[in-house]
Amino acid sequence: MKTENQKAWFFVLPVLLLVAFNALLPIMTVVNYSMQETFGNNLFFWEGLGWFEKILRSERFHAALGRQFLFTGLILIIEIPLGIAIALSMPRKGFWVPVCLILMALPMLIPWNVVGAMWNIFTLPDIGLLGYFVNHVLGINYDMTQDPFAAWVTIITMDVWHWTSLVVLLSYAGLVSIPDAYYQAAKIDGASNWSVFRFIQIPKMKNVLTIAILLRFMDSFNIYTEPFVLTGGGPGNSTTLLSIDLVKIALGQFDLGPAAAMSLIYFAITLLVSWLFYTLMTKDDLN
Amino acid sequence: MQKRSIVPILYILFLLLPIYWLVAMSFKTTNEILSGFSLFPQTFTLDAYKTIFTDPTWYWGYINSIIYVSLNMVISIAVALPAAYAFSRYRFLGDKTLFFWLLTNRMAPAAVFALPFFQLYSAVGIFDTHLAVALAHCLFNIPLAVWILEGFMSGVPKELDETAYADGYSFPKFFFTIFIPTIKAGVGVAAFFCFMFSWVELLLAKTLTAVAAKPIAATMTKTASSAGYELGLLAAAGTLTIIPGAIVIYFVRNYIAKGFAMGRV
Repeated sequence: MKTENQKAWFFVLPVLLLVAFNALLPIMTVVNYSMQETFGNNLFFWEGLGWFEKILRSERFHAALGRQFLFTGLILIIEIPLGIAIALSMPRKGFWVPVCLILMALPMLIPWNVVGAMWNIFTLPDIGLLGYFVNHVLGINYDMTQDPFAAWVTIITMDVWHWTSLVVLLSYAGLVSIPDAYYQAAKIDGASNWSVFRFIQIPKMKNVLTIAILLRFMDSFNIYTEPFVLTGGGPGNSTTLLSIDLVKIALGQFDLGPAAAMSLIYFAITLLVSWLFYTLMTKDDLN
Repeated sequence: MQKRSIVPILYILFLLLPIYWLVAMSFKTTNEILSGFSLFPQTFTLDAYKTIFTDPTWYWGYINSIIYVSLNMVISIAVALPAAYAFSRYRFLGDKTLFFWLLTNRMAPAAVFALPFFQLYSAVGIFDTHLAVALAHCLFNIPLAVWILEGFMSGVPKELDETAYADGYSFPKFFFTIFIPTIKAGVGVAAFFCFMFSWVELLLAKTLTAVAAKPIAATMTKTASSAGYELGLLAAAGTLTIIPGAIVIYFVRNYIAKGFAMGRV
């Protein structure tokens, strides 16, 4: 049981100061910009909530947001079940466990732009391993710089390659925490594989899976570098996800007002969905 | 070998293929890369690696990255340790709100912060220093470190603290000589995650540096933009960025699964 002690604030103070410096000041800058119009030369004009209204009604924002939800949705639908399936078939003990874990964690430690560049050379139609294989061995026309569908398949495959291991490692951590006695009891009761999965493994993995879903949601919703390096948002705008569009507006066109308003809306959406996951998670902790 | 081990084997093959391609390409000559498809390097060359290890603009990229990543790791762990202890042991006014607020910083898209960070750090005069990138990465690494350490600390029974105090230990002495050694796996895992997220991030690192502290990931973009001509060099630079990560994972291999679960299993 935790004891009540207000002096604990002193322990939290360094974290609080550092994060406040890093988070509050920049956020206030963004809020400030979001309500003003600038034509350069550091001249600003009051805009009020005008930008917010404009962004919320803009077709461009709706399209980017739609693509973002499609991307994140596909990522969760593919990576979560795939990750659980791989974790279930991994060895529990012995020499191969650390080997598997190290090899699986490897993609996550590669800088994000290297991931994009790597997939770029991997999928080049005539000289990349995957591009050559699909075009010349399977005979399917595949060029992600021309075909939006191919570009989507590529960014999804890249993310599955990059992050499924996170789900695997989390589910695996949940699985190895199940005592052998549970399985023995299930065997005595003559439980089928399905009921072992449904009534023993899933409940034990529930906590770690919530973390997995939360992390995968946050990171795939904020993804920028990998798809930017891989497709640059193209062909056309077909893979322009929310943060790619945001950086285009903020740094490409230097439209600070709309970009700031868009940032805040973007952040609010991420926050809202994450908060839903977080409440689910802490509700489980209580039970 | 069991039949079901086919699944992890296939998965690992899928993970290794793009990495193999990157490594293979780094040993090819530019001519060979552009002239057509070859599964293995036909004329094996180390030219790309020679360029990287002899050109200061290249190898300083690696040194810069390693400096700010280490700096970030030290800062994040140092401030996260006491905070995580407070969250795991005490109830205090606003603790739950504060914990969630910390986590929200992990959710902010880096793209949102790029421009304000640039202005803030320019204003305090640390633009283009290793400290700037290290501090910026604290935004998402401190919350993560607090979260992980709190998980590991909550697994340590409170009786440990009480016994130590009863034995006459002062708080600092208990914390440094008993408590930290007890949760050293957690500290290792937290440090690993700080390393990981600081090492892989590019957007903020690139925005906050110009010349003096330019990270390797930003140096690489100069070959990526001149597409096609220096693919071998790009591949070699990419291959070298994988090595530090591989070394770090090796050290935490026994705790990696528990670590990814933030100590919460």
